Amino acid sequence: MRKIRRLLENKTGWWFLSVLAVGWVAGLFHAQPAGAEYADVVLNRLSEANGVRPVIYPHWFHRIRFRCKVCHSELGFKMKAGGNDINMLELMDGKFCGSCHNNNIAWGLENCHRCHSGLKGLETGIRGGHKAGGPGVW
Amino acid sequence: MGLSWRRWMFFFCMFLLVFPALAGDKRVWKPLDKDGLHDPQGPSIRELQNPADALSILPPDLIGNMVRWVGALDQGFIQPRANLQPGTKVTVLDMDLIFGKTGDQPYVRFPHKAHTEWLDCANCHEGIFKTKFNASGITMAQILEGRFCGVCHGAVAFPLTECTRCHSVTPDSFKGAFGAQNQTPAGK
Repeated sequence: MRKIRRLLENKTGWWFLSVLAVGWVAGLFHAQPAGAEYADVVLNRLSEANGVRPVIYPHWFHRIRFRCKVCHSELGFKMKAGGNDINMLELMDGKFCGSCHNNNIAWGLENCHRCHSGLKGLETGIRGGHKAGGPGVW
Repeated sequence: MGLSWRRWMFFFCMFLLVFPALAGDKRVWKPLDKDGLHDPQGPSIRELQNPADALSILPPDLIGNMVRWVGALDQGFIQPRANLQPGTKVTVLDMDLIFGKTGDQPYVRFPHKAHTEWLDCANCHEGIFKTKFNASGITMAQILEGRFCGVCHGAVAFPLTECTRCHSVTPDSFKGAFGAQNQTPAGK
C-alpha cells in the first residue's frame, strides 16, 4: 500500500496506474472465449473425402437431453474422438446417431447439413479452448 | 488536497475490485458462425441452436461450458434421459471414495453418485479403473496425459486446472480409513 502511495506522488506513477486501470476495465468488457464450445467434436475421417463438410458434434447440446451413459453405454460410442469406426450406412440401420436421428426421437438423417456443418480442412478431435487442448490423446 | 485525491483513488480502486461482482453474469459463448468450427456460409447456421441460448439459463461455472452440469442435473434445470431402451438397467451408486497418498495436495474425494448419475458403471469398470480400491495405479501425470480421470476431465467434464474440486479433503479434517466411505458426508 505504501508503494502505491509513493507511485501516486509523481506524474509517471499516475500514468502507470491509469493505464493499468483502463487496461483492466477494457479487458473485462472484451472477455471472449477462445473458440469452439467446450467438448465440441470434429469428425472428418470420411466426410471431406466423400465431398461433404466435416461433422461437428456438440456435447453441450446433447447432454442437456441425454446422460453420458445413453450414448457411451447403450449405443456403444467409445469415449475417444474419432475412435468409432462408423459410417452413414450403419446410422441408416438405426445404429449410433441413427438410434435417435430417425425422425422419431430427433430429426432424421436426411438433414445432412445439420451435422456436416464444419469448415473444410478441420481435423478429427475434441475441441473447446486451451483447457481442452491436452496432449491430443482424446 | 493531496489527501482527497488519494481518497478518490481509494474509492476508484475499491470500485475496480468489486466491479466484476456487480456486473453479474458475464459469461460469453461464441455464436456458431464465429466458433472457428462451423462453416458460416453453410445452410446449418440458421437452423442450429447457439450455445448461449441454451447454456445461459443453467447454473454458472467459470470454465468449460460455463455450466455446472452436475448442479444443473441435481437442481432439476435439466432432465436428461438415462436410457433409450426400456430394459436398460440404470444404476446410481451413492458411495464416496477418499484417496490418500496425494503428496502435498489435500486428499481426493471421489463421489460415485455424481458420476453414476451421468455414467454407467461399465464406462469406467473394469476398463479405465479397476474396481478394487487403489489398484489402478493412478498418478496425476497420467491423468494429465488423458488417462484415468483425464479421459473425461479436461475434455468434456471440468478441466484439470480445477485442482481443489477433487483435492478437497484436508488431512486435518479426515482421520478415517481411505477407500469407500459408507455415507455421503454432510454438505456433499
